[in-house]
Amino acid sequence: MKFIDEYRDARAARRLAGAIARATTRPWTIMEVCGGQTHAIVKFGIDELLPDLITLVHGPGCPVCVTPVELIDKAVEIAAAPGVIFCSFGDMLRVPGTKGDLLSAKARGADVRVVYSPLDALALARTHPDYQVVFFAVGFETTAPANALAVHQAHRQGIANFSLLVSHVLVPPAMEAILASPHNRVQGFLAAGHVCTVMGYQEYAPLAARYRVPIVVTGFEPLDILQGIYLCVRQLEAGQAEVENAYARSVRRGGNREARRLIAEVFQVRPRRWRGIGEIPQSGLELRSDYAGFDAERRFGLADYSVEESSECQSGRVLQGILKPFECPAFGARCTPEHPLGATMVSSEGACAAYYRYRGGGIREAQL
Amino acid sequence: MTKPTTLAQDFALTCPIPISEYPQVLLAHGGGGKLMHTLIEKMFLSAFQNPMLGARHDGAIFDLNGMRVALTTDSYVVRPLFFPGGDIGTLAVNGTVNDLAMCGARPLFLTAGFILEEGLPMETLWQVVRSMQTAAAAAGVAVVTGDTKVVDKGKGDGLFVNTAGLGIVPPGVVVTPERVHPGDVVLLNGDIGRHGMAIMAAREGLAFESAIESDCAPLAEPVLALLDAGIDVHCLRDLTRGGLASAVIEIAGAAGVHVDLDERAIPVRPDVQGACEILGLDPLYVANEGRFVAFVAPQDAERALGILRGTPPGADARPIGRVEHARPGGLVTMTTAIGASRVVDMLSGEQLPRIC
Amino acid sequence: MCLAVPGRIISIADGAGLDRSGRVSFGGVVKEVNLAFVPEAAVGDYVMVHVGFAISRVDEREAEQIFAYLAQMEDLAVPEEPA
Repeated sequence: MKFIDEYRDARAARRLAGAIARATTRPWTIMEVCGGQTHAIVKFGIDELLPDLITLVHGPGCPVCVTPVELIDKAVEIAAAPGVIFCSFGDMLRVPGTKGDLLSAKARGADVRVVYSPLDALALARTHPDYQVVFFAVGFETTAPANALAVHQAHRQGIANFSLLVSHVLVPPAMEAILASPHNRVQGFLAAGHVCTVMGYQEYAPLAARYRVPIVVTGFEPLDILQGIYLCVRQLEAGQAEVENAYARSVRRGGNREARRLIAEVFQVRPRRWRGIGEIPQSGLELRSDYAGFDAERRFGLADYSVEESSECQSGRVLQGILKPFECPAFGARCTPEHPLGATMVSSEGACAAYYRYRGGGIREAQL
Repeated sequence: MTKPTTLAQDFALTCPIPISEYPQVLLAHGGGGKLMHTLIEKMFLSAFQNPMLGARHDGAIFDLNGMRVALTTDSYVVRPLFFPGGDIGTLAVNGTVNDLAMCGARPLFLTAGFILEEGLPMETLWQVVRSMQTAAAAAGVAVVTGDTKVVDKGKGDGLFVNTAGLGIVPPGVVVTPERVHPGDVVLLNGDIGRHGMAIMAAREGLAFESAIESDCAPLAEPVLALLDAGIDVHCLRDLTRGGLASAVIEIAGAAGVHVDLDERAIPVRPDVQGACEILGLDPLYVANEGRFVAFVAPQDAERALGILRGTPPGADARPIGRVEHARPGGLVTMTTAIGASRVVDMLSGEQLPRIC
Repeated sequence: MCLAVPGRIISIADGAGLDRSGRVSFGGVVKEVNLAFVPEAAVGDYVMVHVGFAISRVDEREAEQIFAYLAQMEDLAVPEEPA
C-alpha cells in the first residue's frame, strides 16, 4: 500500500536509527502524545532500535483511556434504555466503567453496535425512525470534524432521533498540563500528526517557547516516528525549542480550514475531566447551544456527577509519562486485559495494553 | 434473552469459573482468544476429563481394532450465511474436513446437524445444502447421517450447522504438538486474512466494496500429499478464529517451545492489508478457512515446500518461522517489518475495529 | 489516536460542499468516503482517511523528503549501525 509500505522499510529504519544514535550524546526523555504512535512504537519494536540514552514515555493521547469513567457509566445506562440503538467505535466497547462495559451491556440485551463512522450511526437513525440512535462521540480533534458534520447533517435534514454522547478532548491543554506539572520529566514532544492534520500546529509555538521544549509534528509509520525522534534529539542536543513539522505530507501549518470551521460551528470549548488525571481547563468540547438538542446527556436527562475510581489503578501517572506500565505493581498481575483496573489496559491505544500485548505482559519473566 | 436460572446457588458452589467474574457468556468467549480458552479449560475440560481430551488437539485420535481413527466436531454459526467465496455450508464441510486433516487423517465421513429458525426461507436452506454437497464431493467425504431441529423465530439466527467428522490416520503417522522440536521449521500454505475480511466486507455497518473472497477450502489434499511422500510432519494446525497468531500460540503452549516468526515472510494480499488498515485490525489475528501451518524438521522443509506448492491450496507456501528452543508454557515472538522483535500474545477476545 | 489511512480517490460523486463524497481505494478495497474537508482533492489524488472522512490530501512531494534525505545519507557512505 502506497504511503504505508515504504515507511516500514527495515533498511531505512536502521539508517535512521543509526542517525539517532550518532546524534545522541546525553540522556533525553521524549513523549509521544498519541496513542496510535505508542501502538506503532511497541508493535514494530521501534524503541528497540533506539540508543539507551533515549527514554520514550507515552502520553495521554488515547481518548478512550481518558474518557471519564462517569461517561462510560452514562453510555452503559443509555444503551440499556428501551428503544435505544447505541453506536460506538470498537475501541470503547471493553473499557470498564463502575457498572461494567458496553460489551457486557450488550450481553445483557442492550442494542450496542460497532460502527466505522458517525455517518453510519446517522444512517441507522434514518432507517430506524422509531428508535433513539445514540453515537458515542469519543475522540481528539481528529475525530471532531466527522462528528461535527454528522450533527450538522442531522440538524439540516431534521433527523430528530439522533444524538451524540460527547467525550471530545483537546491535545494542547493536556500537553500544557503535563509540562506544568512539578513531576514532569518530558524534555521533548512528538506531537500527534493526525490531530495536527486537522488543527495545524500554530498552537504549539507558545508551549515550545514558554516551557523550552522542542515539539516535532510526527506521523505514525515507523520511519515517521524515527524521523520525529531524530529531529527532536537534534534540537535537544543543540539546545533548541522549536516547533517542527516532520509529517508535511499530511500536515499544513494552519491545518484543515474547512474542518476547523465546522468544528467551531458545532462545538465549543469547555473544561473536561480526564480519567486518571483530573480536570484540565479548556480541554474538552461540547455542542454549542444551536446544536445542544443533539446532546444525549440532555436528551436522556442524565445529571452531571463524578465517580471515585480504584486507587490501585495508576493509569493517570502512566498517561502523564511519570510511570511506565511495567513499573506499576498491578501490571500483569491484578491488572490484565481480561481484568483491567483502568482504561489504559483495555484500549487498543492504551500504553498498558500495548506493553502487555507486544512485550509479553502475560509472561512476566520474559527478557527480550 | 434467558431468565436467570434458579440453579444459580448450587452452580456457584461447584462452577470452576467464579460466577462473579463472568456471570454471563460474552461474545468474546467464542472469539478464539484467552476468554474462550479459559472457558474451555475451566468449564469443559475439567468436567469431561480424560487423556484424549487432555491432548487439546482439534480432533481425538484413538485405536479401534488396530485402526487409528480420528474424530472431530465443529459448529458453524457464521453470519452472514452467504459471503464472498462461500457460505455456512462450505464452511461446515471444509472446517471439519480440515480438523481431521490436521490430525494427519484421511477424512471419510461427516454427520450434519441442522438447527433451523422458524421462518428461514426454504430456498436459503436448499442453497446451503447444495453447497455442502459440492464441498463434500470436492473433499472426497460422504455425509452419512444427520439431524434436524427447528426453533422458535428469534432464537436461531436463521441457521446453525454442526458437523462431526471421522477419518483414518495412516499407520505410523503421529501428528501432535508433542512432536514439535527445537529447530523445526514453520511452513504456511498461503496468504492470510482473506476469510475474516471477506466476512467483514459483507457485514452491515462495516461495508466496503472489495474482491476479497473467503479462502475456504479443503486441506486434506496438501496434507495427504506430504504424508504420502513420506514427510515426517510433526504438527499441523489450521488457522481459523483467532488467526495465524492464535494457532501458533496454541501449538507453542501445548509443545512448550519458543517459536519465532518473521513478519516479512508472512504474505498478506494488498486488498486484505487495505481492509485491515482501515479497520485497524492486525491480519495476524484475522480468521482464515483454507490455511494451515505445518511444523517439520529442518532437513524436510525444502522438500515439503515443493510438495505443498504442487497442490492448489499450497501454491504459495512459505517458511515463516522456526522453533527456537524448549520453553515451558510456550512463547511466540516475531521479527517485525523493521527488523525489531515483539511478542505475539493471545488476544483476550475478538479483535474489534478501532479508530484510535 | 486517530488511525488515518492513505487511499487513492477513484471517483467523485455529484454532491457538493459538506455532502461531497467519493470512492477511495485502499490497496484495492474501495470505500465510500466523505470529501467535504478536501475540496481541492481530485480523482487520482491520495487522501488520509479517518472514520470515513478525508482529513487531508497527501502531498506527494513532501512524502518524498524523507527518502531523499535517506538517499543523501547513503551517498555520504554513512555506515549502517549493526542490526
